[in-house]
This record gives sequence, structure tokens and C-alpha cells, in this order.
Amino acid sequence: MDRIVLLIGTRKGAFLLHTDSSRREWRLTGPHFLGSAVHHMVLDPRDRKTLLMGTRPGHLGPTVFRSTDLGEHWQEATRPPAFAASADPKAASVDIVFWLTPGHASEPGVWYAGTVPPGLFRSGDGGDTWQEVPGFNHELLPNLREVIGPIPGGPPLHSICIDPRDARHMYVSLSSGGTFESTDAGANWRALNRGIAADFLPDPDADVGHDPHRVALHPLAPDRLYQQNHCGIYRLDRPGDRWQRIGRAMPAEVGDIGFPIVLHPRDPDTLWVFPMEGTENWPRTSPGGQPAAYRSRDGGESWERQDNGLPRGHAWWTVKRQAFCADTAKPLGLYFGTTCGELWGSHDEGDTWLCLAEHLPEIFSVEFAAPAP
Amino acid sequence: MSVRVVVPGQLFSYTDGQSRLVAGGTTLGDVLDDLDRRHPGMRFRVVDEHGAIRPHVRFFINRQPALALSCTLADGDELVVVGALSGG
Repeated sequence: MDRIVLLIGTRKGAFLLHTDSSRREWRLTGPHFLGSAVHHMVLDPRDRKTLLMGTRPGHLGPTVFRSTDLGEHWQEATRPPAFAASADPKAASVDIVFWLTPGHASEPGVWYAGTVPPGLFRSGDGGDTWQEVPGFNHELLPNLREVIGPIPGGPPLHSICIDPRDARHMYVSLSSGGTFESTDAGANWRALNRGIAADFLPDPDADVGHDPHRVALHPLAPDRLYQQNHCGIYRLDRPGDRWQRIGRAMPAEVGDIGFPIVLHPRDPDTLWVFPMEGTENWPRTSPGGQPAAYRSRDGGESWERQDNGLPRGHAWWTVKRQAFCADTAKPLGLYFGTTCGELWGSHDEGDTWLCLAEHLPEIFSVEFAAPAP
Repeated sequence: MSVRVVVPGQLFSYTDGQSRLVAGGTTLGDVLDDLDRRHPGMRFRVVDEHGAIRPHVRFFINRQPALALSCTLADGDELVVVGALSGG
């Protein structure tokens, strides 16, 4: 790995933070599309060249931009994600392209996108044109709305996970909905929410309606999934279908509420979360104003606090669901962006943290990229 | 027939920085279709997939609000597109 680039999406544009394999010196470039909200930016790991961005300026509708030269030039998607035209005045229209996931390694050019309001879209041409995944948007979503009522504008579709063993096997999650699995490339879906708490629902044992904040599948152990939910931290080992609440082992005064969850790419038992305050009116700030990552090295049976280098108090920010990531170096590097526009990094698996950039707009997403030379 | 179109800065990336354009069409929808042919991608940024005007976009025909794509224009009319952002 010759160089590392962190792809930073913010409320007011995109930034790139560059370094080499030493990870000592960092160089910030940008902004790209200053004034536009950039919710997600992802480099295609299959060609390490194609960069996709989901963006929306304050005034205009949402779209996808593509670059093959790390943002030197951008090209707009010819057909951005959009629902089928409808005369129904209540019909949903895409408001935000919230999530981008490259498809399976055997399907170059395939991408998936998740939107707000929730919708699942697929591109077969590297993100230039997008089509609805009808099994999800036309079959599952209307049924969900019947069960849990109209879904307000905010809930995003996120955490699109493709099984590295099978391009047709995928998981997606949506807030105010839950996690769903398809084994036929999105034609049919089944809910996968057993064991997940849903304290806010009238029926806490409901099949759907849960609020996953982030779900991740381990690339080396694809039967292992982790989830940071509105109601705790969970682990699922397939073919089982009941999630186990591993967040019970978190310190009680911190709790197990948060947005992101990050997996160690070489160790399915090691993961990180970044807790936030989820009591009473959900301030969604660091608990007590004292931010910290928590690491588990045993699949969630125990957790250790990692705050060396982070502010000791009055740091009332948090980390959003796409804003915490890992690189692939040894030792593993970790990076997160805050709602106050700071980018923090660790080059020792979370033992110590350094502020790599500050004074940026509110950070929505941080993704690791290893561009082709 | 043709109408004069004035677009805001938010759309300059589609017009090579030009704020004053010329387009054809007898309705607002027709004019936007013509603009999209000349400047691909522009229409979807101001009108959603169901034909609804996006919340932070306003159209004025001869300085009068045009609230639907069915609003009509005549030869020589002026269409002004406004980016109407709210919030601090």
C-alpha cells in the first residue's frame, strides 16, 4: 500500500486527506463541491480508481458524481437514483443519496445505493445510471409502511453488505425498519431482527420497525455480523437468526448506544464502537462530554475504553454512522470524523489518538481508500 | 418560439457559468425539458422524479410565480429560476 487517502464527506463539501504508508504526514485537499452536503464517498476496491460521491446542494436535488482521478475531475451520473414516476401526490422522491456500496468482486461496475427516504438502487455501469431494486422498493417497502406506518423523511437506507462468497446474498438495513436479507440478488427479502430490542415500539418483539444504526459483515468471516443499533450493540453468527446483545458488557455509565461500528479487517473478534448519549431526549453527544472509542478483542464479551489523546471533557460532539473507519495497515489505523469537524486518527489500533484535521464542516462520513499507483 | 431563461449560480455547473440562456417550449415543463437537452442533468436538480418542483427552487414567468410545470409561456417571455434556500 503506497498511499492512503481518507475520503471525508461533510455538510459543506468533500475533502481528501492524503498520506503515505508511513502515516506520519497528512495533507488535506479540497473542498470539492463546497456548499453541497456530501453524505458518502467511496473508492471502488475492485479497480482502486473509480470514486463515487452521493451529494446534494442546499437548493437542488440529489445526485451522484464520479471521478477516476481522485477528484481532479468529476462527472455527474447520467441517471441518478430516483423512484419510478408517479401521479400520487404522496409518492416518495429521493431526497438524499445516503449510502454507496461497491458490488461483488465478480461483478465489476455494479454498485448499490441507499437513499433517504429509504430506497435501494443498483447501477451496472460504474454508477452512471441507476435503477430501483424492485423487490425491495416495490415489494418490501410498501409492506413495511403498512406495518409501521408512514416512514418520515429522515430514515436512511444504509449498511448494504454483500457476501464475498455469493454476489446474490446481501443484507441491507434501514432506520425505522430493521435489517433485511436477500439470497436472490434483491428479488426477495426476509427480516432479520430477532433478539434486537426496540424499546420505542408498542410491540417490543415486533418482526420489523427496529432502528439499526450501522451493520457490518466481516470480510474474512462473512457469517459474522455486528450491529450498532439505537437499542444496543449486537452480534449475529449465521446461520443463526437471533442477535446477541454484546453491548451488555459495556460500562453501565456509558451504555451501548452509538452510531458507528468498525471491524478489524484481519480479526473477526476485534471491533470498535463510539458510544454516545442516548438517554431521555437523545442528545447524541459523547457521554458526559468525554469522547472515547471502545474496543473488544473477544467478539464483544468485554470492552476496553480508548481515549488516550482525546479531549478529557467538554467535548460535546459525536461520530456519525459512516464517519468511523479502519485502514488495512499493520498495526491497524483507525479514523473518525466528528460532528464538530475534527478528523482523529490512531495508528496503534486505538491505543492513542491524534487530531489530523480540524475546523472542517460537520463530518458525515470518513472512508479509507488505497488508490492504485 | 423561444423564451429567455435566467438561472442562479447553483446551476452554473450545467451552463458553463452562463446565467442567461434561451430555450424553447410553451409550458414550464417543456422549457425544462429543452434546457435538459441542452444542459444534461439540469432538470432533475430542480424537479423531482414525479414532476414536483423541488422545495428550494422557485420559478417566475415574467416576474409572476410559476408553481406548476403546466404554467404556460409565450414567445419572448422571461423565465427566472431562483434558488430559495432557507435556514442559517
